Amino acid sequence: MQSKNKKFKKELVVKSSTDNLAQIREFTQIAAQESGFSNENVGKIVLAVDEACTNIIKHAYKYSPVGDINISVRLEQSKFIISIIDEGGHFNPDIIPEPDIREYHKKRKAGGLGMYLMKKLMDEVKYTNLNENRNQVILVKYLT
Amino acid sequence: MADFNVNIRGVGSVSVIDLKGYLDAHTAPELENAFNKLLDESQYKVVVNFNDLAYISSAGLGVFMAYVETMRENKGDIKFSNMTESVYNIFDLLGFPILYEFYKDEDDAITKFND
Repeated sequence: MQSKNKKFKKELVVKSSTDNLAQIREFTQIAAQESGFSNENVGKIVLAVDEACTNIIKHAYKYSPVGDINISVRLEQSKFIISIIDEGGHFNPDIIPEPDIREYHKKRKAGGLGMYLMKKLMDEVKYTNLNENRNQVILVKYLT
Repeated sequence: MADFNVNIRGVGSVSVIDLKGYLDAHTAPELENAFNKLLDESQYKVVVNFNDLAYISSAGLGVFMAYVETMRENKGDIKFSNMTESVYNIFDLLGFPILYEFYKDEDDAITKFND
């Protein structure tokens, strides 16, 4: 598919409920497919966005379903950029250590895997504090 | 909204959990319920059949991590079977093959319990 010169931007705003994860995945899947990614990479992008939004619902909004999650995707010069913004309070990714997988299994810790997966699945993962309550995570996948 | 289904079957002394659809943070509690039911019934030998599972996120993988030690402490285990390549790749990324057994067919996993 010839799409390297294609430029577009799409946006989805949903409430912070796990009920909306299916809709988030569908939105991401269509945008990634339209950008020309292989099925394998579409799957990786969809999972990374699911993990990012799950973390927001769990940690930023602490399962309160009334917050907003704003997802915007754009394709810029072979870079597929996903920006996810929440208003759920400050989140510092630096305090979450990269898990040693073997230790993880031993200690029966089931959290923190989402961030690890996001880094494995995407080319860039960046967290920003926009202001006091607004956080942004930017996920980038290169269209090669 | 998410389309997900869990079913438990008994095959001899082994419990087989069939998963179908999309396993994410929204549907993972249904899988937890299934494992809690097995614990209530003292069923510790579990095979999870992934044949009809289309998608899994870390919330789903976390469920297996939460229950596997209890199963093993009671002379059981959680073994996996019939996984598609795309689902297996996620387990692989998170290091599961070091600590869990994966089988192509459910029967092989069941046989392993009966050895």
